[in-house]
Parts: sequence; structure tokens; C-alpha cells
Amino acid sequence: MRPLLLRAARAGLPLLRGAPASPGKARPSHSEPRGRDGRGEEEEEEEEEMEGWHQLYPGHIPTSPLQKALLAAGSAVMALYDPYRHDMVAVLGETTGCLALPNLRDKMKNHPEGHRILQERPRIRLSTLDVARLRALPGGSLGREYLRFLEDNKVSPDTRMPPKFVDDEELAYVIQRYREVHDLMHTLLGMPTNMLGEVVVKWFEAVQTGLPMCVLGAAFGPVRLSTRKLQVLATELVPWAIRSGLNASCVLNVYYEQRWEQPVESLREELGIFPPPALRV
Amino acid sequence: MAAARLCRCRCRALLSRPAGAVRARRGLAAGPEMHFGFQTVTEEERREKIYQVFENVAKKYDVMNDSMTLGIHRVWKDILVHKMNPCPGTLLLDVAGGTGDIAFRFINYVRSVRQRQLQRKLKHHQNLSWQQIFESYQKDEFNSLGDSQVVVCDINREMLKVGKQKAEHLGYSEGLSWVLGNAEELPFDDDKFDVYTIAFGIRNVTRIDLALQEAYRVLKPGGRFLCLEFSHVSNPLLSRLYDLYSFQVIPVLGEVIAGDWRSYQYLVESIRQFPPQVVNNYGTYFSGGAEGNDRRCRLFQSGL
Repeated sequence: MRPLLLRAARAGLPLLRGAPASPGKARPSHSEPRGRDGRGEEEEEEEEEMEGWHQLYPGHIPTSPLQKALLAAGSAVMALYDPYRHDMVAVLGETTGCLALPNLRDKMKNHPEGHRILQERPRIRLSTLDVARLRALPGGSLGREYLRFLEDNKVSPDTRMPPKFVDDEELAYVIQRYREVHDLMHTLLGMPTNMLGEVVVKWFEAVQTGLPMCVLGAAFGPVRLSTRKLQVLATELVPWAIRSGLNASCVLNVYYEQRWEQPVESLREELGIFPPPALRV
Repeated sequence: MAAARLCRCRCRALLSRPAGAVRARRGLAAGPEMHFGFQTVTEEERREKIYQVFENVAKKYDVMNDSMTLGIHRVWKDILVHKMNPCPGTLLLDVAGGTGDIAFRFINYVRSVRQRQLQRKLKHHQNLSWQQIFESYQKDEFNSLGDSQVVVCDINREMLKVGKQKAEHLGYSEGLSWVLGNAEELPFDDDKFDVYTIAFGIRNVTRIDLALQEAYRVLKPGGRFLCLEFSHVSNPLLSRLYDLYSFQVIPVLGEVIAGDWRSYQYLVESIRQFPPQVVNNYGTYFSGGAEGNDRRCRLFQSGL
């Protein structure tokens, strides 16, 4: 028995089959974890290089179902205990997204713009954004408002965590896209990055994506809010977010990078997001 | 669960030791390829990777130790110091001592031994005047460790930093020094220390033979070498449970508590990769000199 297989067997990890990650390349629609069957010579040599694990993309850590369950539980507890542990929220999303992510990916595949995004794999990063050009755009346009949002809230798209525990290279991109598009959600919904704003966006995303992490965040996020804010949340913001989420088409099917000039209002209409309530959040 | 093996070698070298003629036989690859957990890397890469692992885990090292061993590591370290049984005046070198666990225990032990010594001394001096008792107390108070000293040596700056902060926090100041150094090339003179300890550190050393040579060099004749390390579990059922816990749970704990999966994956794998015959060969190393009978070595092993 090859030593590589023996080590993985002792560790109790599933052996995953997949070509090394090559961004921008379309991949077959799904890859399942396979058993310990015979492996090709070149594949094993590649894996020897990549730490001897079956890494499907850079940063990938293969995990067994038991490990995923433990991670999900542990990250949920830690995220509640220490809300500043954004990495725990990310891990929770990855470990619980096994049903929702393929769903999202299929929605993207069946939409022409979404399909293009899956093919081209654009990434939203400060290095790829032409900040000067965005700043020059007229007020009210997506690009200008997005930049304003980043500056007002002092956030950057580069701080999104790369996926680690998703066992499919394409789904890893889908969740990465979801994370990078999160700030654009804030812009489209007109919500700041305080606790209240985040909860509203989570409600919207929960309805849109069905990711358990969003559902949990939406349900437990309000725990830390004051009564007054809870009232506003319950009476105005959440119903609006849910209605918009149900009415809107899939937000991941929008190639935002090609729509910086489009006015936010027009994009909202196109997607089906209702105008935000006139409140100071 | 895990068996920790303690081995103790008593060296009574009176004549000059042979210049590097003795080598420990070990199961590791002699060539440039070495193991880093379950990966295969070169020596230099291994040193770098291990440095990075401990740089990353330094701040959460103690928390993780407690989670990984469910607090049992404290018992093992206590037993190590008890077996050492240092008397006041001992000079200890704690290699890979990082966060100072062994050093603090040593200081506590020596302090309490010293207390007892002082109490016994006072009991014998029943006919002293109050003035004389007061003066003797004052004098001895400033020497609560009885000239014992511990030098904590670690290759990793972050671990030493955490150790120093802990010492400050717990109130340890005298008898303690912190030195940045490599176990394979210690920055100390020959024949300096009474005891050399290395607790859960030797499996992270890239050239164990060099570390042993250095230990031999810096120890005084009659000095003692104590090594605390994980060994393999022989019972098959326990072994399976232990494997399950190590590989399934510990990296998860690393990710959740410290945000670092890979370092804990390495730590768990390195325990598996550490060959048991290295421990058995310590005896061979210390006793295999050309001068023969002047060097005797006894190896003690205790499984827990």
C-alpha cells in the first residue's frame, strides 16, 4: 500500500479526487469524495507536493464528516461567544453549506450572467478595483456608492477569508463570491456595518441563499441589540428585507464589475429589491 | 491515553570524552530529506516550518495544551520535576522550554525544599537570641532559592516572549533567565549545568544527534539528562481512540481556539513520526564511549 494512502487512512480523512485548482477554468458539475481506490501515478506525485493531502485549491484543508460536524459546532459557539471572530463565522458558513452551496451554484449555472461569472471567476479586490475611476463616477452609481460605503465604514474587500473547508473547487469559488459580494449587498440595501445593519443584510441573504450560517446569524444576531433597535428591526427592517429577498432574483447572478456605472436605484429595480425604509440605521 | 516516557541518564565521564566519535543510532533519514509531520521536506525547510508553527501557536500554546491533553500535561510535568528532585544550588537548563512550565515548577520545588531546610535549621538553633534568629532569617530570605538557577533556552522568540510575560504575571523574577538558542548548537560553555531537561521538545529538533551531543557537552560530569516526550500507545483499542481524538478533534480545536488548523495538524503528526527507538538509543549514545567503563548509563522509563 502506498505510504500516502496509509497516512490518509490513519488520519481517517476521505480521499478526494480532483484536479489541482486552476482559476478561470470550468470544472465538471460535481465531484464526490471517493473511496480509497487506485490512484494515478501523476496525481499522487502532485499530492505529494501539495503536503500529501488532496488539496483541491490553495488553502483547502480536507476534512472528514466528523471534523466538519465538530467544526460547525465549535465555530457556532465561538462566533456567539466572541463576535469579533469573523473567521469562525466563515468556517460555520463553509461547514454547514453543503446543501445550499450546490443550489446556489446551479442557480448561477442556469443564468447567462451567472454562468459567465462561474467561467471567468472574477475577484473583487482592492488591487483589481480601479479606485480612481470609481471615484470619478457620478453619485448614485453603483461604483461611487460602493466606494463611499467602503470609505465610510472603513472596510476593505481584501479582508474576506478564503475558503478552507469546502470540498469542491467550484463551490469554494461560489462561497468566495458570496463573501466578496456581501459589501455590495450593504450598498444595494443601504445598510451600514453596525450590528443592526449586519443583521438586516443577514436576513436578506438568508432568504436569498438559504445558507444555514445566514439563517443562524439572522436568528441570533439580534440577541445583542437594544430593545429600541429590536423594535425597529422587527417592525420595519426585517419584513422589508424578507420581502425584498423573496422578490429579488439571485444576487450572485449579477456581474457587478461590469455595472459600476449603473445607478443603484436602477440595479435595485432590475433585481427586484424594494426601496429601503426611510430610517436612520 | 498517551504514554509519556521519561528517561534519565547518569553520566560519570571523568576522562575526556571522545571528540564526536559517538553517534546515536536513530530511525530518521540521515540524508537531507526529513519528515515534517506526514510531509517530506529538507532539513532547512523543516527548521523553518517548525519555527513558523511555534510562532503561530505561541500565544495560545498553554490553552491548547490543556485542551489537547485535558490538563494531563500538568501532571506529567509535575512528575518530571519530582523525578528530578532538585536540591537548592542546582543549575538547570531547560531546553525548548518556551513558555516556562518546567522552569516555574523547578523554582517552586526548590523554594519549598529550601523552606524546609531553613525550618530544620532554625529548629536546631533553639538557643539563639531573637536578634540572631532575625538576622539569620533576613539573610536567608534573600536566598530563598539557595542559589539555584534555571536557564530557559528556546529557539523561538515568540515562545520566549510568552514565557517572560507569564513569569511577570505569576511573579517569578529571581533565579530565572531566558536565552534564545538552538538545541543543536547551545550558546553555553562546557560542563556548566547539573540538569538538562527537554519536555515535549525533542521531537521538534531537526538533528537529534546534535542536540544530544550538545546536552552531553554542557552537562557537568555526573549531570542528568531528562527528556519528557510522547510515545506510542501499545493497546490497540486505546490507540484507535487516541488516533481518533488526535486527528479528528485536535486540529478542530486548533482552528476554533487559535484559528490555526495546520499548526496543530503538524503537532499531532509529529507525535506519530517520532520514532520510539530514539528514546531507547539515548543510553547507547551516552555509554558508547571509547574510554569504556568510566561512563555508565542507566535508562529509566516510566509509562503513564
